[in-house]
Amino acid sequence: MNYTLHFGAVWASFDHLLSGLAIGLALAVAAVAVGTVIGLLSAFASVSRSRLLRGISGTYVLLIRNIPLLVLVLLVYFALPATGIRLDKYESFIGSLALYAGAYLTEVFRAGLLSVPKGIVEAGRAIGLTRLQTNLYVVAPVMLRNSLPSLGNTFIGMFKDSSIAAAIAIPELTFEARKINVDTFRVVETWTVASGLYIAACFTIAALLRMLERRFPKF
Amino acid sequence: MDAFLAQLWIARWPIFDGFLMTLGISVGAIVFGTILGCLVGIQLVFGSLLVKLPFRLYVDVMRGTPLLVLILAAFYIPAVMGLSLSASQAGTLALGLFAGAHIGELVRGSLQAIPPGQIEAGRAIGLRFPQILANVLLPQALRTALPPWINTGVELIKGSSLLSMIGVGELLLKTQEVIGRNFMTIQFYVFAGILYLIVNISLDLLGKSLERRLGARL
Repeated sequence: MNYTLHFGAVWASFDHLLSGLAIGLALAVAAVAVGTVIGLLSAFASVSRSRLLRGISGTYVLLIRNIPLLVLVLLVYFALPATGIRLDKYESFIGSLALYAGAYLTEVFRAGLLSVPKGIVEAGRAIGLTRLQTNLYVVAPVMLRNSLPSLGNTFIGMFKDSSIAAAIAIPELTFEARKINVDTFRVVETWTVASGLYIAACFTIAALLRMLERRFPKF
Repeated sequence: MDAFLAQLWIARWPIFDGFLMTLGISVGAIVFGTILGCLVGIQLVFGSLLVKLPFRLYVDVMRGTPLLVLILAAFYIPAVMGLSLSASQAGTLALGLFAGAHIGELVRGSLQAIPPGQIEAGRAIGLRFPQILANVLLPQALRTALPPWINTGVELIKGSSLLSMIGVGELLLKTQEVIGRNFMTIQFYVFAGILYLIVNISLDLLGKSLERRLGARL
């Protein structure tokens, strides 16, 4: 084995990798933002008294969590146009990832909801808040705080999953890395740098999230 | 619907082959990952600082890198190192290394959940450390780790679909090839999705029932 590492070719395209990283982060932010709305609705449905709502939420989580994300992405991107819905590749990827994130976030928020002490819900009702007000002003803030660590983990997971966008030619980090790889054949260097960027980003996000968690005391 | 069934009949063998490939690679990766993961987990808890460091690095690198990047790296890097791996070997290697890190963390967590008093009790009755590990710690740790281990299996089956991108003829790639011939995009992607769902939901339910049954006793 006499392979000499030569990072020059990769550094020459480093700004492409960085812009790819930014696209990946943006995809993850958008997907988790939409997914949070889906997850919140689905989590409240999963603890509601209506059997129908519980069933819908449960089926959604079961289906999405057990299908490969790549299959979902390809299905939405290539098959949806046949039904008349036309999305560009960014919209379709964010939609797929949001649907995916929503299923994982349902579980996260459900655990958060179950962790809200019963006493403070009763206290809210006792001071005359309606059920909706109690959910909005008492349950939701406590639940969101308790879900913060898992929410952060899901976000990191979705950021890593944004690499799958390379399959539908969205120029995020993995796609750019493949391009450099094909252009220069510096495979060891390309994947080392790409992997390093992902790891650095994940660690930074994790550190920021830990800071955020410390800002808000846990209930 | 009839047209789809006719096309499905024509495509039955490629899809069946792909399905077997998906299962075979997932099983290979979980076996490799489990052996590796047990080793990693034990070292992370009981190893000396010098031993812990490389294992910690391995786990963090694997968990911080997207699976797709690992797969692409495993496909391209060994070739320049002078090691010729087939696409499916490279894919199994990537999935196995990925699983090893996740299972390593599972094993570490379950080992740390065992009260330290049990190690002391083992010492007190005269057992040596390997005996304590084999007879006291591992049987309990593996039982706690079993339900999430099943989840890792589901993740691997889902992850194996990414191997289509390096040309491994697993279920998704075979499905794409079939779609390339008959253009029944929705029908065949949904069909592949259903096959994944059947296997994964069965595993998922198995994991949940194990969790209920084993959880009650711990």
